[in-house]
Amino acid sequence: MTAWLGPAGAIAVPMLGALLIVLLGRWPNAREAATLLTAAALFALVIGLLPEVLAGNQEQIVLLATLPGIALALKVEPLGMLFALVASGLWIVNSIYSIGYMRANLESHQTRFYVCFAIALAATMGVAFAGNLLTLFLFYELLTLSTYPLVTHHGTPEARRAGRVYLGILLGTSIGLLLLAIVWTWAVSGTLDFERGGILSGKVDGALAGVLLALYVFGIGKAALMPVHRWLPAAMVAPTPVSALLHAVAVVKAGVFCVVKVIVYVFGTEFLLHTGSANWLPFVAGITIVLASIIALRADNLKRRLAYSTIGQLSYVVLAAALLAPASIMAAALHIAAHAVSKITLFFAAGAIYTAAHKTHVSQLDGIGRRMPVTMTAFAIGALSMIGVPPTAGFVSKWYLLSGVMATQQFAAAAVIALSTVLNAAYFLPIVYRAFFLAPKPTGHGEHDLGHGHAKDAHEHGEAPWPMVLALSITAALTLLLFFRPGVLLQLARAVAGG
Amino acid sequence: MFGQAGPVDACTPFVTLASHLPALQVVVPLMAAPLCVLLRRGRLAWLVALIASLAVFATAIALLGRVQAEGSISYLLGSWAAPWGIEYRVDALNAPLLVLIGAMAALAVPYARVSVAHEIPEQQHYLFWATWLLCLTGLLGVTITGDAFNIFVFLEISSLSTYVLIALGRDRRALVAAYQYLIMGTIGATFIVIGIGLLYLTTGTLNIGDLAARIGDAGQLRAELAALAFLTVGLSLKLALFPLHLWLPNAYAYAPSVAAAFLAATATKVAVYLLLRFGFTVFGSSRVFENLPLGQMLLALALAGVLVASTAAIFQENVKRMFAYSSVAQIGFIMLGVGMATPTGLTGGLVHVFNHALAKGAAFMLLGCVVLRLGPPTLERMAGLGRSMPFTAAGLVIAGLSLIGAPGTVGFVSKWYLVLAALERGWWWLALLILLGSLLSVVYVWRVVETCYFREPKTPAREAPMSMLVCAWVLVAGCVYFGLDSSLTLGAASAAAQSLLEALR
Amino acid sequence: MNLLGNVNYWMAMFLLVMGLYIVIARGNLVKKLIGLGIFQTSVYLIYISPGKIFGGTAPIIAEGFRTYSNPLPHVLILTAIVVGVATLALGLALVVRIHEAYGTIEEDELQLQDIDAP
Repeated sequence: MTAWLGPAGAIAVPMLGALLIVLLGRWPNAREAATLLTAAALFALVIGLLPEVLAGNQEQIVLLATLPGIALALKVEPLGMLFALVASGLWIVNSIYSIGYMRANLESHQTRFYVCFAIALAATMGVAFAGNLLTLFLFYELLTLSTYPLVTHHGTPEARRAGRVYLGILLGTSIGLLLLAIVWTWAVSGTLDFERGGILSGKVDGALAGVLLALYVFGIGKAALMPVHRWLPAAMVAPTPVSALLHAVAVVKAGVFCVVKVIVYVFGTEFLLHTGSANWLPFVAGITIVLASIIALRADNLKRRLAYSTIGQLSYVVLAAALLAPASIMAAALHIAAHAVSKITLFFAAGAIYTAAHKTHVSQLDGIGRRMPVTMTAFAIGALSMIGVPPTAGFVSKWYLLSGVMATQQFAAAAVIALSTVLNAAYFLPIVYRAFFLAPKPTGHGEHDLGHGHAKDAHEHGEAPWPMVLALSITAALTLLLFFRPGVLLQLARAVAGG
Repeated sequence: MFGQAGPVDACTPFVTLASHLPALQVVVPLMAAPLCVLLRRGRLAWLVALIASLAVFATAIALLGRVQAEGSISYLLGSWAAPWGIEYRVDALNAPLLVLIGAMAALAVPYARVSVAHEIPEQQHYLFWATWLLCLTGLLGVTITGDAFNIFVFLEISSLSTYVLIALGRDRRALVAAYQYLIMGTIGATFIVIGIGLLYLTTGTLNIGDLAARIGDAGQLRAELAALAFLTVGLSLKLALFPLHLWLPNAYAYAPSVAAAFLAATATKVAVYLLLRFGFTVFGSSRVFENLPLGQMLLALALAGVLVASTAAIFQENVKRMFAYSSVAQIGFIMLGVGMATPTGLTGGLVHVFNHALAKGAAFMLLGCVVLRLGPPTLERMAGLGRSMPFTAAGLVIAGLSLIGAPGTVGFVSKWYLVLAALERGWWWLALLILLGSLLSVVYVWRVVETCYFREPKTPAREAPMSMLVCAWVLVAGCVYFGLDSSLTLGAASAAAQSLLEALR
Repeated sequence: MNLLGNVNYWMAMFLLVMGLYIVIARGNLVKKLIGLGIFQTSVYLIYISPGKIFGGTAPIIAEGFRTYSNPLPHVLILTAIVVGVATLALGLALVVRIHEAYGTIEEDELQLQDIDAP
């Protein structure tokens, strides 16, 4: 029984929720209530696991003997706990937002949407609490498959094409590279469990370890390292709540979570330091950061800009993990949370702008802060967090990242971070400035106007529907809160780094 | 006619029955076939076929249980001692295969009640069932017998009935497909019998066990080599190894749905079994492999089959044909495992025999549902299937995921073992090519998924009847169950692999 | 010496290759079946001819005879002949039905007729 209140329950609850949503599909209000209830139950369950983890207990639950010697197993450890907290907490907020968005935009197939969301969250929990690489791989693939209907939600040829890119890259990398890496790991070390200090020491020599690490890092396509990053901008055709899910709650977070987990628990930081097989990784991450920031700078479509911003921010996590210092590992873990709350705020704001004003491009956002003050304030907070300015969550993770850089004296990394901070400011601050300090352009029916008739004149709109505004206010508040009260997160991050 | 495996006690009929199980495995469907012809009524013939199939399944399970408890079973027909008489031998390799054939038969017959009624004219139903039972007899006989020439006889029984089953398809191309299969299949079978003849000439015996014992000392390397060559080519024709697979796509595409489902799951697998039986058990102690890189040759052909057939599948419009090419590719995967001839590789190949049967059987059964409601299953007709026939489409998606090898499905277990076996041998390129084959499967499976879920249904269609859906979904559920908990299937496969490798010198 | 000593095998191989050639080279479905039959005949020779033991008599146990010819190949080949006959019958039945459905039994014409069907 206790097992079911633990990680297995964390997977079962959203699955049951999905079933409930299917059954209640006919009655929208009941269906929405089911989603919220499930999300709340999941969050409560995950919080319930917190004391055990903080105390240092890590029990493993074995479910099924999938392969001889490798079972489907779940284990709660600090990094997974952190990820699960972020994902389950933000699911509640995202559900509130989705309700507002889907109804305001009269989206179709809403039941399918909520069901796939729930399954995706179940898969996310599975990734967070995976006890070995096989379980991780299983839920990782389930996450890809369950988010596919979300990405292709609109069913248009464009959505279909985007879906093909999404699936093609994610399945291609996971089957072609990640699976190979996992089987290789099994073949040389005889185990797939996650152990502090890694399971590969003494089993693979330096050069091959580097290749293996590369297979992992590029095989985990969800971490969006260049050049396997193309799925992320392609997936922007999805409705904004899905983008929020992808970028903040589940998908990319699962990607970088897996990368950090592999570095810390499969290879082990000492092993990587000793063999030097991770020396190339900071460079790849650094290049991704800079390139992504440059592309973001030039993107006019707001969601595209946010997408490339995410690609850069994810590589912050990879860079932090690749530096292999305790402080930087902490930074990696913290940034998973910090980026999640900040990015979701930004996406919520983008969706609100689209819903209320039908604007999708940065060049259209002049003066919008006058009409949507709450939204744009939240956007500003999210932007500041991305840049890493106090008093936001982004500052906390950046602080630890810079500590790690100082500790390892990797000045190239410091340069990258400095440059990207400047670039972040360059592509975020103008948006805030435009919104608040410029007068709205006298535009009637601009080329980007999506013409929902003249019923809502583009000039005379207010804030988006209240569920959406509520959601983005909550996440903006969280962004600030994590600066002032980072306690639990810091504890978990410290535990991951081996403190 | 029945042999005795132990003292006969008239007061315990079940003991007697149990001791004759190996013979009953073959005799029950054999006797049921003329019964169907005599009964003449389609309904009654179906009932006879159902009872016979269930009996076959039960017998196979009983035999598997005995083999796992006691070891190999030897049954002498007519009480003539081996090696002069014909011996039926059930061991760790063929017992699971018997269960597989029985299970597929037991699922296909209930499924076929509606399917056959729809696809085959009323007056031919009883003939269909008679032929079906003969096919079943043949397949079971091939698997269970321990006599080389008996293998040929049963192989031809199953093949001839297969040609008939295929020819009963609706489309007139089924006739041409059956004819092509007849020609190629007979050539294959004749090669096999030439190989058996050469073996007989070298050793003087036809009993498999005796052949294995004598061939090491026979010292007639040229004759053994020739025999191996003829046997391998003949069996490769039967199991559709690239490039001898040309009969398969048309045969499976135009056959009646239940025949396609059953044959895709069993016919080629039986040929794989024969190849293993001859290659390992019989030729195990021969010195013919010293200079003959048979494993490498099979690997090369298997790999070519995987890549070429998967690519061909991508361009098919008829979904049944697409899955038929997919079968050729999957057989390539099985032969990859066989060609590697390591414990891991063989286990992977053998478990894929089972796993592919589950996935392909389910896929063809679900396509039969499509045929029932929509006609020939082209991608055009199947547009919007997710809307009109949700359960059918969902089942196809899961079966497709199993073909891709997504974790949580049976296909993953086989892929794991194959990649592991390649890595154990240090063959990087092979592991990558295996994964490439999986990725090619993603393309054609996703073509089907997109058609089902992204387009509007052209013609309104109801969901398929329960009898067909339930049978198909039993297989789909099996795909997921045995993918999550593979202890049963892997246990049987590794026991079989071990018994094969022990026979090698 | 070997040439003449193995004349039965030479005959068998000749029939085998001839039969296979007919199957492959001829487009008429009935001719293919004829080729198949010839091909199968080679098998019969391979089995039966070695069955005759030099100096052996008919395999009926009788006083004064020590060496007998092998009867087993005959038994096996009777079975094989039956299989061959069944195959031929089935093949011809298929040809009849193909003729009913297509109007021709030439392979190339058959392929032409089917070329546009989905």
